[in-house]
Amino acid sequence: MTILGVPLLTALIFLPLVGAAVVFLLPSARLGLVRWTAFAFSTLTFLASIPLWTAFDTARHGMQFEEHVPWIAPLGISYHLGVDGISALLILLTTFLSAISILSTFTAVTNRVKTYMATLLLLETGMIGVFATLDLVLFYIFWEATLIPMYLIIGVWGGPRRIYAAVKFILYTVAGSLLMLVAILYLYFAHHAASGQYTFDLVKLYDTPLGAQAQLWLFAAFALAFAIKVPMFPFHTWLPDAHVEAPTAGSVILAGVLLKMGTYGFVRFAMPLFPEATHTFAPWMIGLAVIGIIYGALVAMVQRDVKKLVAYSSVSHLGFVMLGLFALNAQGIQGSVLQMVNHGLSTGALFLAVGIIYERRHTREISEFGGLSAILPWFAALFLIVCLSSLGLPGLNGFIGEFLILLGTFRMNPYVAGLAATGVILGAVYLLWMYERVMFGPVTNEKNRGMKDLTAREFWTLAPVIALILWIGVFPNPFLRRLDASSAELMSRVNAKMVATGAAVPGATAGTASATAPGGAPDGDPAAAADAAIPEAR
Amino acid sequence: MNLPIHAPLGMIEPLLIVSGVAIGLLLIDLVLPYGKKHLSMWVALAGIVWALWRTLAQWGMTEHGYSGMVALDSLSTFFNVLFLSSTGVVVLLSHPFLQREDVEHSEYYSLLMFATAGMMILASGLDLITLFLGIEVLSISLYILAGYSRDSDASNEAAMKYFLLGAFSSAILLYGIALTYGATGTTSLVKIGDVLANTSGPLAEGLLYAGLSLILVGLAFKVAAAPFHMWTPDVYEGAPTPITAFLSAGPKAAAFAAILRTFFIAFGPVHADWDAALTVIAILTMTIGNVAAIAQTNVKRMLAYSSIAHSGYVLIGVVSGGMIGGTGALFYLLAYMAMTLGAFAVIILYEHQGEKGDELKDYAGLGFRYPVLGALLSLFMISLSGIPPTIGFVGKLYLFGGAVQSGHILLAVFGVLNSAVSVFYYLRLLVLMYMREPQEALPPLRVPVALALVLLITAVGTLIPGLWPSGLFEAARHGMQALFS
Repeated sequence: MTILGVPLLTALIFLPLVGAAVVFLLPSARLGLVRWTAFAFSTLTFLASIPLWTAFDTARHGMQFEEHVPWIAPLGISYHLGVDGISALLILLTTFLSAISILSTFTAVTNRVKTYMATLLLLETGMIGVFATLDLVLFYIFWEATLIPMYLIIGVWGGPRRIYAAVKFILYTVAGSLLMLVAILYLYFAHHAASGQYTFDLVKLYDTPLGAQAQLWLFAAFALAFAIKVPMFPFHTWLPDAHVEAPTAGSVILAGVLLKMGTYGFVRFAMPLFPEATHTFAPWMIGLAVIGIIYGALVAMVQRDVKKLVAYSSVSHLGFVMLGLFALNAQGIQGSVLQMVNHGLSTGALFLAVGIIYERRHTREISEFGGLSAILPWFAALFLIVCLSSLGLPGLNGFIGEFLILLGTFRMNPYVAGLAATGVILGAVYLLWMYERVMFGPVTNEKNRGMKDLTAREFWTLAPVIALILWIGVFPNPFLRRLDASSAELMSRVNAKMVATGAAVPGATAGTASATAPGGAPDGDPAAAADAAIPEAR
Repeated sequence: MNLPIHAPLGMIEPLLIVSGVAIGLLLIDLVLPYGKKHLSMWVALAGIVWALWRTLAQWGMTEHGYSGMVALDSLSTFFNVLFLSSTGVVVLLSHPFLQREDVEHSEYYSLLMFATAGMMILASGLDLITLFLGIEVLSISLYILAGYSRDSDASNEAAMKYFLLGAFSSAILLYGIALTYGATGTTSLVKIGDVLANTSGPLAEGLLYAGLSLILVGLAFKVAAAPFHMWTPDVYEGAPTPITAFLSAGPKAAAFAAILRTFFIAFGPVHADWDAALTVIAILTMTIGNVAAIAQTNVKRMLAYSSIAHSGYVLIGVVSGGMIGGTGALFYLLAYMAMTLGAFAVIILYEHQGEKGDELKDYAGLGFRYPVLGALLSLFMISLSGIPPTIGFVGKLYLFGGAVQSGHILLAVFGVLNSAVSVFYYLRLLVLMYMREPQEALPPLRVPVALALVLLITAVGTLIPGLWPSGLFEAARHGMQALFS
């Protein structure tokens, strides 16, 4: 699959970069030209990413659209790209939200517009790269490459405490990811010791035999990097600051895509690379996830600032995603990946909505508002759908994801599922209560009377997101079908080595094996188990 | 003519050229009238290019001469290329500075060339005596250069401090050499290595380890490794900025060349004995450098502490040992040269605009006022903090890789934690440049051609190998092979 002779994934990664360069060369004074050029490039990237949906072979296991070129040959670093169902969906989410967020920012950002647009496009390149790469060094490069643009977006175009928030954001993320670098290097040499080959190729590193002790440390290093990014409780404290200070487009991208880089990291790297450690750590991760769900929801409930409320709701929702992943069965993982997409859409839309009222009133205090539904009927309708989607109303996207996650969790442990389900209830409480205080009742603040309803441009930023929210809510099968093969593959990796050394953690193995069997996961595949067993036996 | 010893002049041709030009510059100064002194810059540059050309012609040659005291091998060639390019860049950096201060004399360039000659002796020394000779030629030139701004108190203080502490460390080094000679009966690095590898009987162990420790202390002073780093901030801050740039690139690399040769060849067989000591020094150096850098308000002082920290990173490569560790150290020295010279070039350019550029707060709002300058300084800072896609990242990848491979996981962990700390103060410049408003209206930028050229070279050198490092990596590996043949 190529676009004008360029392989699809390469084209997707570098099209925004070309766009950033073009935007940078435009005259700064021509604001309209700059904005529309940036939007054109992001839309073009989105259109170019559609083949990831249409030409994707849902029946195939393993990677698709692969590209493999040696890059730094002496060290075994290669330019290896490829996607499975999980990363294909996340790339689509990225290109979609990038275009939306650029469109949303036309009137919100008025200073240094050119640099802002170029930075957003630069960020898009980094994000697509993270989801598309299958080489650990290349992954690390893209992972870090998203830092500086986001740092600038928060720090230059953010709110009053923007510098504090930007520095906190980057220090948290860098500290985590650098330890991951050491773990990557350890893995690299461990692979060389076992196979005699120096390579950073993820697909090859999957088969590296590792002792249980080494796995624990490596998993911890990877998990720390990803847990900070997700962010899991108790590493979440940078998130509310970053969200509150970031401009709207920054928040949409941060919540919609950047946080998914953390959960994606678990799915693609930490779990399949260190399956034994995954099982060992699973109870701890589940514990933190449940704490995150409830804590995030409770803190969200008492926020006075709408944006901060949405930020804490992210902590809660991402807790669900982590819970589903570490339920370690097919339903949980499918639900989690779908919930990543759902959260990107609904929270992205929530931030867009907050941005729309902020632009009119320059405040986000809930107490400043009230009765807006009478003044802004269109906005009220769309905002309601978005809120309902976020709290998981059946018929909208959030329900499907949370239902699958809770189903998976229930199979693992009904009590945990029960505890986590309170998060859904609390979600309804804080979102609806916020909606009520902002939108319903009499207009108490005279300043709100003059507010104008959605402009056409604002409508078109929200409408496509809501269309997707409805589509996933009513007819999620095309999405789930894309995840079947990939989540089965992940399950077989996480469980294959457990078969070999199953005696070590009997409870976990038994539970997950029975849970995945109906899903058709080949975890009973004797060949795979034997393969994994050989190095262990030595 | 038949000399009793093997002493081919062709072997040290680049060194002869550099020394010859240095002496020639002193003579030329006598005939150059005031106002034409800048011609000496061209002489120095021509000498460097000529020496660089002859050095490249020596690529791949191996020869030992002068009673085994001097080596021409891939390591010396690698370092000579590094020294000559850094001196060339510093000559270009110096010219605008000297003109503005109205102190352009040929002696300045002559001293730079003598310092370069000292570095070249250091990198090709196969004998402790040769190393000492190189260090002295280098250091004496540097003492004078540090105090070159005669009217500045800070510069005088820097020179005095540097001289006193430098003289101490040279004495300690010499004492270490004497004790090592007493323990092993030779000053030849190769023979010391043989003695240590083959002696199974009782050796004067106390004497040897005392000698080894003193040599380590002497060399640690030269690379500004903690706890022998105290001179660095004051000297870096007080010295003329081009000399600060010079100090952080060439002489540091030269001292590391000496460390690599001494500790890989001579003390290689007793690696296990100095491993722990050097590990502690590396960790201390990184941590002190990075933590102290956070508190600085002066850019040159901040970069001085950053230079200490970077010595610590290179020491990781030395401790790791072996091909991978050594190659990592060599590559990182190259990387550090490119990015630090680039950072100093921006500072010099900014100083060139007026009476400022040394204090961090002077950089407020610079990024949007001078977009290209801001982007370049950002690039160098990102590279220094080790964020991809820059040469600084690739360098750290090799270094930490070497540490992990040789089992020094703790060292690698300290390395990355320090990198995380360093992100804070490197990116603070980005905060100032892009997130704060300028204190006063900034005038349009005047860019001297020489500085523009330096910025171009260092920016390309920082970015391109970050994306395609294979060529430089092979060069570093080739350089390291000299110690593993």
